[in-house]
Amino acid sequence: MSKIVFKHPQSLKENIYHYCPGCGHSIVHRLVAEVIDEMGIRGITIGVPPAGCAVLAYNYFDVDMIEAPHGRGPAMASAIKRSLPDRVVFSYQGDGDLAAIGIAESFHAANRGENITVIFINNAVYGMTGGQMAPTTMLNQKTTTSPGGRKQELDGYPVKVSEIFSQLRGSTYVERCSVSSPAGVNKTKKAIKKAFQCQIDGLGFSLVEILSLCPTNWKMSAVDSCKWIDEVMSKEFPPGVFKDNIAARKTAEAES
Amino acid sequence: MSGNNIIGEAAIRAGCRFYAGYPITPQNELTEYMAEHIRNEEGGVFIQSESEIAAINMIAGASAAGLRVMTSSSSPGISLKQEGISSMAACELPGIIVNIMRGGPGLGNIRPSQGDYFQATRGGGHGDYRTIVLAPASGQELADLTMTAFDLADKYRTPAMILADGMMGQMMEPVIFKKPKPRQYSEKFMLRGAGTGKSKFIRGLLLDPIDSEAHNWKLARKYEVITKNETRFEEHRIDDADMVIVAYGTAARIAKGAIKRLRDQGMKVGLFRPITLWPFPELKLRALSAKVKNFLVFEMSTGQMLEDVRLALQGYADIEFHGRPGGAVPTPAELANVIAKIYDKKD
Repeated sequence: MSKIVFKHPQSLKENIYHYCPGCGHSIVHRLVAEVIDEMGIRGITIGVPPAGCAVLAYNYFDVDMIEAPHGRGPAMASAIKRSLPDRVVFSYQGDGDLAAIGIAESFHAANRGENITVIFINNAVYGMTGGQMAPTTMLNQKTTTSPGGRKQELDGYPVKVSEIFSQLRGSTYVERCSVSSPAGVNKTKKAIKKAFQCQIDGLGFSLVEILSLCPTNWKMSAVDSCKWIDEVMSKEFPPGVFKDNIAARKTAEAES
Repeated sequence: MSGNNIIGEAAIRAGCRFYAGYPITPQNELTEYMAEHIRNEEGGVFIQSESEIAAINMIAGASAAGLRVMTSSSSPGISLKQEGISSMAACELPGIIVNIMRGGPGLGNIRPSQGDYFQATRGGGHGDYRTIVLAPASGQELADLTMTAFDLADKYRTPAMILADGMMGQMMEPVIFKKPKPRQYSEKFMLRGAGTGKSKFIRGLLLDPIDSEAHNWKLARKYEVITKNETRFEEHRIDDADMVIVAYGTAARIAKGAIKRLRDQGMKVGLFRPITLWPFPELKLRALSAKVKNFLVFEMSTGQMLEDVRLALQGYADIEFHGRPGGAVPTPAELANVIAKIYDKKD
C-alpha cells in the first residue's frame, strides 16, 4: 500500500507565487494552508492579508479573504470575528504592517483579547517597497534608508513583538518560530496549528511570529539568509514560546 | 431626544448591528448611545476602538461580513477616517459615517461649523471616488436620513455620510421614527467563509492599470446613476421669491428664521436647501435661475458649497455670499440684516 505523504494543499490555489526566489512567504503560506486543510476549516476561514509583499495572498489562499489598508488587518479581523463568531479569522502581517504603521491596531486587538490569530512575518526589512528599514531591522543592518546601518541613536531599536505582546493580559498564546531550517519549519507549522486551535476553542488572541528570509533585500543567497537568521537575527529575536495560557484559560472556562 | 441620540436610535431601528467609534466632542452622545443600546440587539456589536482609523476599518470588516455598520466622529476624527472611506469606496463596501462637524481647521474648536463640505463632497480620501452625503436640518430628518443612508449605502454598495454639525448633534427635538424598509443586500457580496464552494476575495488593489482603469470607470458609472436618481433638496417659499438663499443643515434653519422676519417686512425671499450635498442638486438649482436672478449662499464656513452653487448657476444669476466660519453661529436676526442689505441694493 502506498501512502501520500506530500501533496498540494487544498486551501492553496494552484497559482505560481510572485514572491522572489528564496522568500519565506511561500513556505509560510503553505504551512497555513496545510493547517487549514488538516483542521478541516477551509469553509469557515476568513483571512486578512496585509499591505506589503503578501498583499496578493488572496491569489494563493483558497479561503475567503479581504484586503486591509496598511496595518489595519487586526482591526478588520476583530470586526469580522465579532460579526461572525463561529468563523476562523486570521490576519497575515509583515513587520512594517504590525510593528510600525499598524502597531496600534495590533496592540489593541491583542489587548482586547480578540479571538483571532495573527501570523506575523518578521524579515527585518520592508520587502515590497524595495528594502527600507523596518521596525525590526537589526542594529547595524544596512537597508536603503539606513545605508550606514541602523543606528540606535537615530533609528531606535528593533521592536520585539513577541516579548511585548506576551505582556498584554489580553493575549493567550504567543510563540516565535523560524523557517530557516526544516526543524524550524516543522515547529512553525505546529505553532500555527496551536494558534488556530486556541481560536477554535474560544480561548483568545494568538500570535505566531515567524523569522523569515528575504534574500533579495538582504542581498544574500538563500542559504546565507538561513544562516543569518540562525546566527544573527535569532540572537535579537530568540525563538520560543513567550506565552501559553491555553491550559489555564481552558481550566478557567471549565470552572466558570 | 438629542440629535446624536436620534441618529443612534434610527440606526439601530434600521438594522445597524455593528458600531465602532472613538470619543470626540461634539458627537460623544452618539457613541455612548450605541454602547448602551446596540448590544441589546441580537448579534449587535459595539467596539470602542483605539482610534478613528481602527473604527473605520472595523466597520469595513463587519460590512464585508454582512452586517449593517456605522461609525461616527467629528471633523479631526473624520480626517483620520479618510483612508478607510477611500478603501470602502474602492472595495464597494456599504457603511455609514456620521460627521458631527466642529470648528476647524486643525483642532479648531468644539462649536458647530460647516467647514468639512469640501472633504465630504469631494471624496475626502485619495483616488477617484465619491461619497453619498446627506445633510439633515431637523431632528426628524436626522432620523429619516439615517435610515435612508443605510438603504442608499446598500443599494449602491458604497459608503454614505451623514453630515451634520454640533448644533444638530446637541439640540433636542421631538421625533417620530418611521418603519424602516426591509434590508435588500445580496449574500453574494458578503464574506462569510467559502463553505464547500469557491472562495471569494474583496480588494481595492488592482496592479494592472487596465483592470484598475476599468474599475474606476465602473465606479464612475455608479456615481452617475446615484447623481441621476438620488438627488434631494427642499424649496421653501420659492414661488414668488425674487431672492433665494442657498443653505444646508443648521445654516438652512437659521436662514428660515431670517426669511420669516424678511417676509414680515415684505421682502420676497425664499430658500433652496440641498439635502444631498453629493450628489448636489445642480440641475434643479440651475432651473431656478430661469426665474430668480439673485442668490445668496450662506454657510458656516468661508464658502465651500459656494463653489457648487457657482457651477450650478454658470453665470446665469448673481451670487452673493455670507459666511461665519470657525464655530461662529449667527442668529436669524443677524442673517436677516445681511440679506436685507443685499435685497435693498438689488431693488
